[in-house]
Amino acid sequence: MALKETLDGGKFAVTTEVGPLKGTDISEIMELAEILNGKVDGVNVTDQQSAVMRLGSLAACSILVEKGLDPVFQMTCRDRNRIALQSDLLSASVLGINNVLVISGDYPTLGDHIDARDVYDLDSEQLIWTINRMNEGYDLAGNELQGKTDLFVGAVVKPVSDTDESFELQLTMMEKKISVGARFFQTQAVYDVEVFERFMKRAVQFKVPVLAGVIPLKSAGMARYMNKNVSGVFVPEHMIDDMARAKDKVATGLEIAAQLMRDLKDLSQGVHIMAIGWEKKVPDILRLANLA
Amino acid sequence: MLRSEQKPFEEILGYLEGEDKVFIVGCDGCAQASQTGGLPQVLEMKERLEGEGKTVSGCSVVDFLCQKALVASRLRPLEDTIMESDSLLALCCGVGVQTVAAMVKKPVHPGCNTINLGGSRGEWQGSERCMECGDCLLEYTGGICPLTVCSKGLRNGPCGGASNGKCEVSPEKPCGWELIYARLKETGRLDVLKTFIPPKDWNKMRPRPEMLSTSMWALEQMDTLREGGTV
Repeated sequence: MALKETLDGGKFAVTTEVGPLKGTDISEIMELAEILNGKVDGVNVTDQQSAVMRLGSLAACSILVEKGLDPVFQMTCRDRNRIALQSDLLSASVLGINNVLVISGDYPTLGDHIDARDVYDLDSEQLIWTINRMNEGYDLAGNELQGKTDLFVGAVVKPVSDTDESFELQLTMMEKKISVGARFFQTQAVYDVEVFERFMKRAVQFKVPVLAGVIPLKSAGMARYMNKNVSGVFVPEHMIDDMARAKDKVATGLEIAAQLMRDLKDLSQGVHIMAIGWEKKVPDILRLANLA
Repeated sequence: MLRSEQKPFEEILGYLEGEDKVFIVGCDGCAQASQTGGLPQVLEMKERLEGEGKTVSGCSVVDFLCQKALVASRLRPLEDTIMESDSLLALCCGVGVQTVAAMVKKPVHPGCNTINLGGSRGEWQGSERCMECGDCLLEYTGGICPLTVCSKGLRNGPCGGASNGKCEVSPEKPCGWELIYARLKETGRLDVLKTFIPPKDWNKMRPRPEMLSTSMWALEQMDTLREGGTV
């Protein structure tokens, strides 16, 4: 079922994501489209993830539409000004893409073109606002569109923060994003269900669906790397120990992810699985989590 | 030198909504030269605000609002009056607003927009920076400029990249939005974070042709000519 219908119907939604490769080889995306078809409500396509230049999200989303999936077109504010952003939103609509996820975007110096100029002509709140204007039939300059968009707009939120300022700011930004038209949220990866519950106790008042992020662990080293380098990711020590001791790291990583999803089911309106190389295993995780 | 122009009076009045007592600070440096925040403009602003039923608790014109030592020496004797006021209105460039906001635990409203001079950045005295964007947002950000303090220059709030209060771009740099949050919390103004800042008009950041003159003398001449005066 399409993502918007699932969420509007109050059903638990499952989304996952794929990252296009650097180059014109689309065989992997074609293969993943086959594997994921019918298994998930939506498939995000990342937009130059980690500021590394790759095939565009728009083209990859279009391939997924052709294959019968419901893609979520991720858009960062980093690389395009308001003219390019709006034009790509029109293009997305024409290509049959229904959903957009708005992100600020990692800074260019985190990627592989570190000397690039950043844009941020619009910030994420302003881009959400812009998409809603386009849904109403107008561009940012106030011109009427010949054929308006009908895009389902999502945004991101970081449910766990290491400072009180950051935690409170995330909640305020969530409220502001909703006030300008965000209709659903996908979160940074969650590993501590209790901490996530604390966030949801505050976020539930906004009455907008939240899809909790899940990243399956591949090793103890990966968990430690994320704790050190990825903002908002905190893998508890006992999980790192489990991974370090595990004989079958794949089975343990998938089981931890499945357990998280079972626990998150009562706290959120869906899950968003970021498999980071394990996209083909997403159907297995869903089976383990009783979500298949 | 930094050039400024006063914001429309209605915009300033909007900032003061719900407040009664306001303390006005002016600057005898660039703002005086720009005729936006010298003594005559401060007194004129006082009169106009009183005409709108506001109480002006006091006024002070400091030689250089960008210099913390001067600001401290001039405002300290007036501390009681200032702290009894609801807020301050600063008639000066963006650096001056940020300096005063950094030193006084009260909301500081910007009364001017700083005009882009196409590269001339003045002489800064502290850690406050102004991009001369021509459409000052300091009202909504606790007197800390998001264009200069946030690596991405985000206007509505932080990205998700900060770790332990540090920016994703450089671990030596604090997350600007966490600084803004702390300032707003300290001054009891967290509610302004909910204000949506619409897309910015970047044209206001481009230097106007007459500002591209390379000599200060030419700028001064222009002002004199505009007023029909003689040097």
